[in-house]
Amino acid sequence: MALIKGKVWKFGDNVNTDVMAPGFVFTAPWEEVRKVVLHIHPKFTREAKPGDVIVAGKNWGCGSSREQAPANLKRLGIGCIVAESFGRIYFRNSVAIALPSIVCPAVSEVFDEGDELELELESARVKNITKGVELEGRRPSNDMLSIIAKGGIIAALRERLKIKK
Amino acid sequence: MGMTLAEKVLAKASSRKEVKPGEYVTAKVDQVMSQEAFAEVYQILKEEGIDRVWDRRKVAIMLDHKAPPPTVPDAEAHKLIREGVKKLGIEGWYDMRAGICHQIMGEKGHIIPGELVLGTDSHSTTYGAFGAAGTGIGVSEMAYVLATGELWMTVPSTIKMVIEGDLPKGVTSKDILLFIAGKYTTQVAQYKAVEFKGPAAERMSIASRMTMANMGVEIGAKFAFFEADQKTLDYLLPYVKVEAQNRVGIFQSDPDAHYDQVYEIDVSRLEPQVAFPHDVGNVKPISEVGEIRINQAFLGSCTNGRLEDLEIAAGLLKGKKVHSEVRLIIFPASWEIYLKALRGGILETLIEAGAVVCNPGCGPCLGGHMGLLAAGERCIASSNRNFKGRMGSTEAEVYLGSPATVVASAIAGRIVDPRPRKG
Repeated sequence: MALIKGKVWKFGDNVNTDVMAPGFVFTAPWEEVRKVVLHIHPKFTREAKPGDVIVAGKNWGCGSSREQAPANLKRLGIGCIVAESFGRIYFRNSVAIALPSIVCPAVSEVFDEGDELELELESARVKNITKGVELEGRRPSNDMLSIIAKGGIIAALRERLKIKK
Repeated sequence: MGMTLAEKVLAKASSRKEVKPGEYVTAKVDQVMSQEAFAEVYQILKEEGIDRVWDRRKVAIMLDHKAPPPTVPDAEAHKLIREGVKKLGIEGWYDMRAGICHQIMGEKGHIIPGELVLGTDSHSTTYGAFGAAGTGIGVSEMAYVLATGELWMTVPSTIKMVIEGDLPKGVTSKDILLFIAGKYTTQVAQYKAVEFKGPAAERMSIASRMTMANMGVEIGAKFAFFEADQKTLDYLLPYVKVEAQNRVGIFQSDPDAHYDQVYEIDVSRLEPQVAFPHDVGNVKPISEVGEIRINQAFLGSCTNGRLEDLEIAAGLLKGKKVHSEVRLIIFPASWEIYLKALRGGILETLIEAGAVVCNPGCGPCLGGHMGLLAAGERCIASSNRNFKGRMGSTEAEVYLGSPATVVASAIAGRIVDPRPRKG
């Protein structure tokens, strides 16, 4: 069972893909991009560290099909995202690049920024270690878990086509 | 038990008699679309040593997001795309000679009612205007689809939106969609398919249906369907290749199909609607907009750059001038529309009124080029998203409205009601 632990950054509803991967830095180098990932939360942009996690409201990642949205978070080292709900293309992209993302309808009520979160991915059990509260998220399907376990859909493709790396 | 349009498409695509919402299927894909995102897709295929696609006849690629390229990295991306198209032998290749992807997928005959179409662009829901199941995916999933021709999908439940009444003069399908986003929220169709039905949907032009299907993704939809009726066939058949024409037919849901929820929307007294920054669901009717001065007005995009939209613009601008402090920037959605507007004298009217008319493409919609905003500036746009930083500075504001609202506002210098005055 994969356990993911980290310090929580908190976001509200309808946080869209464009603020995770702004169009104005599409072709910029990563050093420029990383300064504006989630620019709506300046403290996150300045201080987020590898291993931190995100707790969000409804419709996290609504908007565009740009895979850079979850990919930028993964590149920052974000361990997982637990949200009340996700935009569907963003969610698929998260599975495709193996960034653990769990739907958990009550999560916003239970976490404050800075709390310590623990997620058991397979069972979708979400724990607030700071407050001593435990929640049940929506269990990912076996197909999704298998893609994530392989390291993403390209790794799955490699396996399917028997490509040796 | 009858099936909805989404269930019919996914049952056929997964070779099953029937499917139910919530089931996972492996779906065979009928058609794919990619634009500038194909640079990343091809890069993945290259790195994995994959040198062929599952069916090169079923792939359409074109350049619209940054065409012609505004920066050297964009030019490099285009170069890589051209290399990929050649190496993989892609048959549906349009370079930058066709227009905005979602417009030309129909115009080049790639869309067939009842088929599954995946694109590397969220507004691929547009193909629902023709009764096709169009939806967006990312570049890794597209690489998987190109290599295998299939993808895992969840069968969505479906909601039905019954649109009734005659739209008042000066009010368009864009206003209906914005009204839905405002009243029922941008999550009303999350993870679901939508079917737009009812007498007003049936009466709607194909262009107006495309506007609503296009913005289906803005209310969360996986697919945003209109049924394929005679009007759909009349539109598509001249474009579809002869050998594919036998696949084009009426496509309707079953009378006993199950809907998650049914919404009834009477549009007979609908006002023009405006989405305020920075969310598509932050919508007000024009009577409650107040005094909002603008610096830019943008008419175009895959949502509203069609001939009927340009005709509305020309009608409003005939004999008038764009406000001296406003930049009105107009992008026809495709070369076909561009030429029709040219031959019909529409472009002349627009240019004489002071509009900047650009080549078909996405323009400033996603902050790429050709009309970005400075800090503190405001734009009224006929496009589909008003997210913070979407069209340039994170300190700029984007308001969304119909083509009529955009153009009337460009003349007035502030957001105004485009409807003809009474009396």
